[in-house]
Amino acid sequence: MKEILAFIQKEFWHIFRDRKTTLIVLVMPVVQIVLFGFAISTEVHNAVVDVVGDISDPVVQRIVNRIDVNEYLELGRILNSTSEVEARIRKGKSTAAVCFEDGFDKALTAEGKATVSIISDGADPNTAQMVTSYVSGVISSEQLSISTRTAGGGGATMRPNVQLMYNPAMNSSYNFVPGVMGLILMLICSMMTSVSIVKEKELGTLELVLVSPVKPFWIILSKLIPYLVLSAVNFISVLLLAVFVMDVPVNGSIALLSLVALIFVGSSLGLGLLVSVISSTQQTAMLLCGMGLTMPTMMLSGLIFPCESMPVALQIFSDIIPAKWFIIMVKKIMIQGAGISSIIKELTVLTGMMVFLLWFSIKKFRTRL
Amino acid sequence: MEANEKTVVIRGLVKRFGNFTAVDHISFEVSKGEIFGFLGANGAGKTTAIRILCGLSVPTSGEGTVAGFSIKNQQESIKKHIGYMSQKFSLYSDLKVWENIELFGGIYGLSDKQIKEKISSMLKALSMEDARDMFVRDMPLGWKQKLAFSIAMVHDPQIVFLDEPTGGVDPVTRRNFWEMIYEAASRGVTVFVTTHYMDEAEYCDRVSIMVDGRIEALGSPSQLKMQYGAVNMDEVFTKIAGRPGKQQ
Repeated sequence: MKEILAFIQKEFWHIFRDRKTTLIVLVMPVVQIVLFGFAISTEVHNAVVDVVGDISDPVVQRIVNRIDVNEYLELGRILNSTSEVEARIRKGKSTAAVCFEDGFDKALTAEGKATVSIISDGADPNTAQMVTSYVSGVISSEQLSISTRTAGGGGATMRPNVQLMYNPAMNSSYNFVPGVMGLILMLICSMMTSVSIVKEKELGTLELVLVSPVKPFWIILSKLIPYLVLSAVNFISVLLLAVFVMDVPVNGSIALLSLVALIFVGSSLGLGLLVSVISSTQQTAMLLCGMGLTMPTMMLSGLIFPCESMPVALQIFSDIIPAKWFIIMVKKIMIQGAGISSIIKELTVLTGMMVFLLWFSIKKFRTRL
Repeated sequence: MEANEKTVVIRGLVKRFGNFTAVDHISFEVSKGEIFGFLGANGAGKTTAIRILCGLSVPTSGEGTVAGFSIKNQQESIKKHIGYMSQKFSLYSDLKVWENIELFGGIYGLSDKQIKEKISSMLKALSMEDARDMFVRDMPLGWKQKLAFSIAMVHDPQIVFLDEPTGGVDPVTRRNFWEMIYEAASRGVTVFVTTHYMDEAEYCDRVSIMVDGRIEALGSPSQLKMQYGAVNMDEVFTKIAGRPGKQQ
């Protein structure tokens, strides 16, 4: 046992003596979370919405008030004609405009319908779509209150009232936090483990350790344990950042979340070990991890592009990426507050992957020695 | 132990990889306290043979004991009783001197107290007390090799395997290093050394020269020189292996 402790202590010396490694381990998670959470956010805050129409009209006024108090929208100017809208959008003064027909209230009460149009800047389709759906949400909620008031009058039109469960504000960090968590844990476990092993191969120190009486299995284990500890630290820091900075809830059990993370870390360590068996230089290991693990994880795990909209071939390919299953489970546990019964399928798949990867890579590693 | 005890006994050792025979029926014995030179051109099978002797690899056939343990099924016991140092490895260069000693002391199962004593006695013997907290990467190569040799013997092994220990070092430093080897041998440690440098071969008690997996010559340097009518070991090596060894 003492032999293993000596090894593990050595590994920590390596990690904290090398500034680059320390930086990757301690700063990268924070940077990634902040970057994905703030800079690369797809949600819209304080989008300026102009209004064209008669502000003295009571219905228009109520809708304008609703826009004003909405936390994602900001009321811009009240314009006289639609021709002014384009100029404002082009100059970037506003992102959208709502145009009410003249005599809106009258038309609504008399004919039961009135025209309102939403104009938004299609040059930026993502934002345009978000803002449009916010604004139409505002309008339909006003319409809902009108139809409730006039209920029984028979004039009310039915409109679907869209409600997004679990994430009503379409907060993008709900998607990014689980994804980034997966990415960070994988980077730490696969890349750092494989590079640290291959480095010893290159320097020849691995040979020296192998002629020692310590059994190969324990040598492998003592290489993996430090990165397991580090990933635990990162897991906690990402979770704290998510909850206290990004306002992402942890609705499910933290114990279950930790278990899922542990299994994912296990499979990533297996991948790292496998990479270290295949590669003979640190560069190869880096490239393999970067191109072979990180890229597919970013592209295919559902972190950026939803798996459901991929071609079938890619969907099948994405099934063999451990991060995909991890991210699905983290989302379910953190956001939906799901228990073990609703993630049993994903948990089984990921556990299977972990067992296979660890078994296969340890076996390969030992035969290569 | 008696003076003439054999620490290495090898009989008909064979190692095949598929159709290729890397080690072809080699036999030899090494006595306690002897400095045994293991020479041969690259690819002659030296490394394969050493890996078997160190318990890293299992022979295809043949018998043998190292430090009294069988090379066929007692590898773990062999590993406990041998020391190993190679040219490629110096030490962990991002660790300090004392940390390297502590690490290998720990790996070889020394107690904390023993490790502490080892650190101070080893540094004293090497006159490196002031370098205790120095990073190994900042040390001169000659120091590194001396330290590496001492650390290879941190657990007081009966045999120490030196795989080209003096690569890339000038003759003066090499000479200093060999003084340490003599000192260890005089304490009864068997030294098993491979080298490319033929001047080093002259320092050995006995040398064996391997060609294509077989031991072609075995004896003391003076015997071999007489047998092959050569003035130095380099000539002997050229006559046997068909190509010259490395000059100083």
